[in-house]
Amino acid sequence: MKAFVLALCAAVVITVGANLILNEIGFSAQDTTSSPSVRLDSDS
Amino acid sequence: MARLIALFFMVFALPVLAQSVDRPDPNTATTGPATQSLDDILRRQDNLKVDDSERRAIIGGPEYAPSVDSPLGTRGGASDSDLWRAMRFNNGDISTQNTGPAATVLMQDAGMWWLDIRRGPLQTYGAYLLGGTLLLLALFLLIRGRIRIEGEKTGRTIERFKAFERFGHWLLASSFIVLAITGLISLFGRKVLIPAFGHDAFSTVAIGTKWVHNNISWAFMVALVMIFFFWVMHNLPDKTDLKWLAKGGGIFGGGHPPAKKFNAGQKLIFWAVIVLGGSISISGLSLLFPFEINLFAHTFDLLNGLGAPGWVGMENLPSDLSPQEEMQYAQLWHAIISFVLTAIIFAHIYLGSVGMEGAFDAMGKGEVEEQWAREHHSLWVEEVKAKQRVQPGE
Repeated sequence: MKAFVLALCAAVVITVGANLILNEIGFSAQDTTSSPSVRLDSDS
Repeated sequence: MARLIALFFMVFALPVLAQSVDRPDPNTATTGPATQSLDDILRRQDNLKVDDSERRAIIGGPEYAPSVDSPLGTRGGASDSDLWRAMRFNNGDISTQNTGPAATVLMQDAGMWWLDIRRGPLQTYGAYLLGGTLLLLALFLLIRGRIRIEGEKTGRTIERFKAFERFGHWLLASSFIVLAITGLISLFGRKVLIPAFGHDAFSTVAIGTKWVHNNISWAFMVALVMIFFFWVMHNLPDKTDLKWLAKGGGIFGGGHPPAKKFNAGQKLIFWAVIVLGGSISISGLSLLFPFEINLFAHTFDLLNGLGAPGWVGMENLPSDLSPQEEMQYAQLWHAIISFVLTAIIFAHIYLGSVGMEGAFDAMGKGEVEEQWAREHHSLWVEEVKAKQRVQPGE
């Protein structure tokens, strides 16, 4: 059971981590396909 | 008054005038190669193939350019019609400030067949496949019942999976289940969820499921690599598998055929997960980084080179694909293979839980009842016992 709970925690950590890392290194589709003068988000 | 009389005559005479114009018979009207004919339009309406290869090519060019001192001489030899036609058929020389790889495709007309498949047969047959698998499993449970441990339980247990193996399994399993649910929400959202919950509610759900689906995919890929290395050596086929398969795994009685750590059925599940899961991962990466990883033009080219489409009576597959078409094929492939793997995993979950007494302990606690192990994995138990005899201290 411990392995199962650990795996769930790992899945959450990887999910959040992957998003942070990809955003950090500019891998979002928004960053890769538009120039800085394009505003796709209302808050950016 | 004279004006009124004139108006009266105009109103009533106009239709007569209009009718008196000789209309060309549409069936005999001829058009130039630059214009689509009535026949083309009718064929398109009947979903038949239209040969527009000649029309696609009429986009003007420097060779047609009038000299610079003549009217329109600076336009490079392309008329307005030529320019619009070039855009219509994606033949134009487009340059743009947008850095996206697909930004120079202003119109792509290869999307409708994909959309029709995605919202039609893909959903219908996908639902049949998953629903049918669940029905078959329920039927199997009704007919065969739970596969019980036949002999008397010993009360002793054998370690079947170590903690790190169970960790890898549950990481793969949990991420797969989340991916399957979020994937199904994405696919069936428009048809099922929007009519049920409305656009606003589904918008929030769709944004959330997309985020989760995209990011938890990494957990799935990491776990897939982990379990491959953990278990590949135990899943290489050997001759005990043939005997196991010949007896149908003993699933309908007739005794338990001998098996090592994994029987042939489990090996099939393992390789299905590795091969189909790998394929889903690669097509998923292609969708995750749009237009960066193009898989299909090259694959179709290879298949055409082998003559593979001819084996099933098909024409050559298209190997000149726009970036958007690459994504369309990737999405269909990703979804189709995911449906197949999900159906297989339904069977795996069933046998690992309600379908077989004692099976869940293997992944739950890591320890299995010795009698269960003797019945389902007799050769493996012998191996474990032999090792214990050599190293009694462990």
